[in-house]
Amino acid sequence: MRVIGLLIVIAFGSLLRYGVFFFPEWGDPASPASLHVSPHYIEEATAETAVPNLVTAVLADYRGYDTMFETTVIFAAGLACFMLLRVLQRQVPECRLYRHIPTGITLRIEKGGKLPTESGSFERIDANWVPHDLIIKTTARFITPFLQIFALYVIAHGHHSPGGGFQGGVILGAAIIMFAISYDLRRSIQRIGEQATAVLGSAGVLIYAGTGVLCMVLGADFLNYSALAGLMGVDPVMARSHSMLIVEIGVGVAVSAVMVWIYYNLSSAGRHDEGL
Amino acid sequence: MGVELFTDIASQYNYLGVVILMMIGLYAMIAKNNLVKKIIGMNIFQTAIILFYVSTGAKRGATIPIIQHGHNGHGHEVIHAAEYINPLPHVLMLTAIVVSVATLGVALALAIKVYHQYGTLEEDEIRGRLRE
Repeated sequence: MRVIGLLIVIAFGSLLRYGVFFFPEWGDPASPASLHVSPHYIEEATAETAVPNLVTAVLADYRGYDTMFETTVIFAAGLACFMLLRVLQRQVPECRLYRHIPTGITLRIEKGGKLPTESGSFERIDANWVPHDLIIKTTARFITPFLQIFALYVIAHGHHSPGGGFQGGVILGAAIIMFAISYDLRRSIQRIGEQATAVLGSAGVLIYAGTGVLCMVLGADFLNYSALAGLMGVDPVMARSHSMLIVEIGVGVAVSAVMVWIYYNLSSAGRHDEGL
Repeated sequence: MGVELFTDIASQYNYLGVVILMMIGLYAMIAKNNLVKKIIGMNIFQTAIILFYVSTGAKRGATIPIIQHGHNGHGHEVIHAAEYINPLPHVLMLTAIVVSVATLGVALALAIKVYHQYGTLEEDEIRGRLRE
């Protein structure tokens, strides 16, 4: 298998290398990729949409269909992980482990047993024993709010600086996943439950598609944001800019929720009790 | 001929890197026995394609595709397409990166299912179990 694989790889690689000879030089301003529609985007986008960040303008306006269905693909991926892995009947674990935080003693409670009443300083830990990482937990708790604020900044400021719904949504999801890794899965699910991730994921897609449908109701094409100018009380160009922000918020909500949803299902193999 | 070949490679070394990266991913997908390694190979392949698209958007002497001084009044200054790099590949790859993370999640979920069913992630052992 190794030899066949190597032969196929060398054959394909030399074929690609041969084909690449006819490609334009790297950084050639007159390469075919930069001549067709992109000059229009670069020269007219600010006048047509009032968004200086061309990537955001092309992403959310000129190619809004593409982005909408990419968001749908992400939601479908989250749904697929849920369908594949989720175990819905709740099994009672064989034993549960509790750690007494001041002394570090681990308490093992068999099936059916109960924790002693004065149990304020006990914390539940996973069955494969993990040490009490004070530094990691404190650092993660300290960083998480700053990460979330940064994620919101990246979403909200995507019109003027590198950023947007996808990037900010991934940072927001990563902040929650970092919390889940540094503490444990149960504590993260207590804060943002599985239902919340599912509802937020579909809500994000709904915000995006709903903006498009609203444009249709107001008599324009699907996702033609200039139709919303009357509702927002601004001129059609600024209406495009504002609608892009709405759409980016939808994308950010969907992406962050689905990232967390996928993590919950993958890390615990669908049982949602013990995980990474 | 020798000098020409060298200048060709020197002016196109981005494609060379992409091809090498792509072939690493392809080799991992064909030759590796472990399913997770195959998935990682698929991800390296996707990364090569993303790099390829982003490198086609580059223009020599141009800056990032954010119009300078675009926020205080628009349309006053003439914008030349040669001054900003092509935003289109960036848009396409921006969505592709996030979708590749999502598909990676689905692939790992399938790998978990396979592990629960067969108790292994090695391809030859799975084939052996299937034959039993």
